[in-house]
Amino acid sequence: MTTTATVRPGDPALEVEPAGTGTLSTTELTAVRADFPLLERTVRGGQPLVYLDSAATSQKPQVVLDTEVDFYEQRNAAVHRGAHQLAEEATEAYEQARAAVAAFVGADEGEIVWQPGATAAINVVAYAFSNASLGRGGEAAARFRLAPGDEIVVTEAEHHANLVPWQELCARTGAVLRWIPVADDGRLDLADLDAIVTDRTKVLAFAHVSNVTGAVAPVATLVAAARRVGALTVLDACQSVPNMPVDFHELGVDFAAFSGHKMLGPTGVGALYGRRELLEAMPPTVTGGSMVEVVTMESTTYAPPPQRFEAGTQMVAQAVGMGCAAQYLGELGMAGVARHEAELAAEMLKIAEIPGVRVIGPLDTANRLAVVSFVVDGVHAHDVGQVLDDKGIAVRVGHHCAQPLHRRFGIAATARASASVYTTVEEVVAFREALAGVRAFFGAE
Amino acid sequence: MSTLEQMYQQVILDHAKHPVGRGLVDVPSADHGHLTGESHQVNPTCGDEVTLRVDVTPEGAVAGVSWEGQGCSISQASVSVMTSLVEGAPLAEVARLDGLFHDLMSSRGKGLDDDDAEDALGDATAFTGVSQYPARIKCALLGWAALKDSLARSGALATN
Ligand SMILES: Cc1ncc(COP(=O)(O)O)c(C=O)c1O
Repeated sequence: MTTTATVRPGDPALEVEPAGTGTLSTTELTAVRADFPLLERTVRGGQPLVYLDSAATSQKPQVVLDTEVDFYEQRNAAVHRGAHQLAEEATEAYEQARAAVAAFVGADEGEIVWQPGATAAINVVAYAFSNASLGRGGEAAARFRLAPGDEIVVTEAEHHANLVPWQELCARTGAVLRWIPVADDGRLDLADLDAIVTDRTKVLAFAHVSNVTGAVAPVATLVAAARRVGALTVLDACQSVPNMPVDFHELGVDFAAFSGHKMLGPTGVGALYGRRELLEAMPPTVTGGSMVEVVTMESTTYAPPPQRFEAGTQMVAQAVGMGCAAQYLGELGMAGVARHEAELAAEMLKIAEIPGVRVIGPLDTANRLAVVSFVVDGVHAHDVGQVLDDKGIAVRVGHHCAQPLHRRFGIAATARASASVYTTVEEVVAFREALAGVRAFFGAE
Repeated sequence: MSTLEQMYQQVILDHAKHPVGRGLVDVPSADHGHLTGESHQVNPTCGDEVTLRVDVTPEGAVAGVSWEGQGCSISQASVSVMTSLVEGAPLAEVARLDGLFHDLMSSRGKGLDDDDAEDALGDATAFTGVSQYPARIKCALLGWAALKDSLARSGALATN
């Protein structure tokens, strides 16, 4: 496996890496960690940082930071307008980044729409349905029209970003929200799938990987169920794209959303994937400059996708940074990254052996990533997080924007450890050891 | 003492384990001129919750506080300490304690540097260590917010 030192700003988009069997070697992992300046800092009185909160947001390699700075220092200009050299170079960097992201997730360039993040991307789809239901987009947008009696299906495991926009869409259109339940092991319970996804279903929206349980959804089964009834699929790929090989064409989903900041890229940028013919048929949501063809005082015609969904001045530097992050991961090789993280998941799951610790999510490592949420008997998640933090170990505590899933398990909050490419087994071991001391600190029997 | 031990003082751990006033008590409304109010407060980032009921005498003093809640040891211990502190106190004193506790929570671990104030706060000064952790301050304030809101809802603040 190649090291990352060769990835530099301006490199051509890299192909998704060839299949292999290795994980990251110790030397490779050391090289990867050296790429992330933040990992060198200490916290809470000079202790090394053990960052186990990458599912919330990942750290950034130097090359991504340099690429953003380089853009501002050398190429900064508005894109897709202006005839000067800088405008040309900025536009080229912006479009190359789109191509890099598209190649990384198995999409065509025209199928990737820049958005401020996954939340915004999912809302674009939801509002396109809304606008189509009001007649916008004409006949071409007929398949996006919803009426009372239509149904939208989500799952009980969704992040609020892939739940609330659909609730709101239902409230605006009279459609009914239904959901696939979660089983005790944290995986989707598909026993009643055929009764939930029916002829009335127009949208099936689900997370590729739960940001709480780490479970990987059975995409093929769900896509097949949606296709059988002519429903469109929307995949929340926030947690999958940074941690495993993802190919949207191969998965066969209609739309997908993911965020730059979770995949080693900057904040403020993410992407919406949409199958070309669907993006072409979809009415715009946010309107204004840059997404139009002809504007008169009476009416406007709209640019083709992806520009139709990129109104206003875009976050160009961040987009270029996200393109660089996709290249960086592509060069590392996502199959190897996934194997590395599978090893970390196995190490993390050993916390289930600590007395009083209960994992919320699958205990086996098949079809699950290194995102492990847990509760500690007699100690609230917030207090667990505080004791770990005192040892320099950063985990997330709370409901992780998935209140219904927590309610499903009868709990208000969990603590969550999650890994990224740069996470080491030693860090997970330090986490386990610190966690083993938590109940004693609070005198929990 | 480590900053963690400063935060989780024994008083706090004890109150978290054996909370005062936990379990909502029915107060017959308008009983002998008493006023009652109830408030439900949540901390949306971590799901800490408290439902608090207050009973105010016709003379304008807290006759009783009862509550139900779930959350971290800081939020639960804070409601408990507050309950023991304000029971029997005139509303003007409750307002003063509320102000002092907010000042304490803004002190970034330094405390109030005012013996009278710290005497008045009693066990609640144990939360000084919490004020070093910005993310946890709202846990400590949850119960106080519920008390203030339930007093407002009782109507007692308008008449006193
Ligand atoms: C599964 C999942 N979906 C959606 C989101 C929302 O992403 P963002 O906040 O970047 O828009 C997140 C991140 O918190 C997530 O983990």
